[in-house]
Amino acid sequence: MSINTAPAIDDARLSKFEESVQRGDAVEPRDWMPEAYRRHLIRQISQHAHSEVIGMQPEGNWITRAPSIRAKQILLAKIQDEGGHGLYLYSAAETLGISREEMIEQLQTGKAKYSNIFNYPTLTWADIGAIGWLVDGAAIVNQVSLQRTSYGPYSRAMVRICKEESFHQRQGYEIMATMMKGTPEQREMAQDAMNRWWWPSLMMFGPHDSDSPHSSDAFRWKIKRHSNDELRTKFIDKTVQQAEVIGLTIPDPELKWNEATGHYDHGEINWEEFYRVIQGNGQCNKQRIAHHKKAHNDGAWVRAAAEAYKVKQAVKNN
Amino acid sequence: MATDTQLDLWEVFIQSRNGSHHMHAGSVHASDRKMALQNARDIYTRRGEGSSIWVVPANSIVASNPDDADMFFDPADDKVYRHPTFYVMPEGAKQI
Ligand SMILES: [Fe+2]
Ligand SMILES: [Fe+2]
Repeated sequence: MSINTAPAIDDARLSKFEESVQRGDAVEPRDWMPEAYRRHLIRQISQHAHSEVIGMQPEGNWITRAPSIRAKQILLAKIQDEGGHGLYLYSAAETLGISREEMIEQLQTGKAKYSNIFNYPTLTWADIGAIGWLVDGAAIVNQVSLQRTSYGPYSRAMVRICKEESFHQRQGYEIMATMMKGTPEQREMAQDAMNRWWWPSLMMFGPHDSDSPHSSDAFRWKIKRHSNDELRTKFIDKTVQQAEVIGLTIPDPELKWNEATGHYDHGEINWEEFYRVIQGNGQCNKQRIAHHKKAHNDGAWVRAAAEAYKVKQAVKNN
Repeated sequence: MATDTQLDLWEVFIQSRNGSHHMHAGSVHASDRKMALQNARDIYTRRGEGSSIWVVPANSIVASNPDDADMFFDPADDKVYRHPTFYVMPEGAKQI
């Protein structure tokens, strides 16, 4: 008879883990956790970090062309925050045992994804308004929900990020509001940006709950606290009124208030487009990764020099 | 590609104003202490969140093991007399 107690021990640990998560206790880095929980978090947090970092590119495109020094300062500060968000999240993922080097490699080889939204181009200044208002607005809805996620370091990163995000959304909305008070050409430009960013923003919440592949473990382990459709609806409900106030039209003829549910109903999302972009065939996928690789490789000598300086200092101090 | 490095890991503690504790804020990567302090400032105090920063190499931190937590902390479990509510005060005594 062979005796193998390992599975029994793991079962006991698993039920202890699940009980504690159900009670609402946070999970901390050195606590025992199921491998699937760890893998799910590494995937989600690193993807979130990559999104913050890649998201700097479409906005960075307008720094040198911002219409005023005020606008330029704001945009720089906003993009710097996004870089910071990436760093908080990389650190949170590292507590799960993956290195930053590995994460960067996964991003650059396409093994890890980032948010689809950043594969769309920023064609006009109004796109900077639309990104702040709609893209950051959608991200905020998601991130507010994640403040209560079960993994401590992820949850703490979300709290910090949410504090910083509200300026992002407001600066974007201010740009849109200003343009809507401008010339007919400026109003048209704002509406055009709205038309291009609205649907991709709705796609940021991911597939409908009925087609969402990873969600059941994520809910049971309280990684995810609200479903994709719940969050999407919350975003739409908030945003419709804001669009009305400044005179923008939401490009969805089927959008209408539903008395019975107390929410807006929206038209069909083009999921074909969503999957096409995820699979690498969006307008900017190649450009985004090529730019990331270039910045990474161009900076290699700085990291090497910093390491060499560290070694030299250590020799000197011994 | 040459072997890449993302530099060393440091933990960051921030005191929001004089008089309060330094609290753990997160981590940074840096190759030396000066870079660690500057990175911590840029990453964690962009909105005046701090008046003082400590950075500590992550591998210098000694931490208790969560698996041993029950045993490790149990000396405190049976000493209720360390709490003021343990004591019976005479009826009528005030401000104690
Ligand atoms: Fe962000
Ligand atoms: Fe943001």
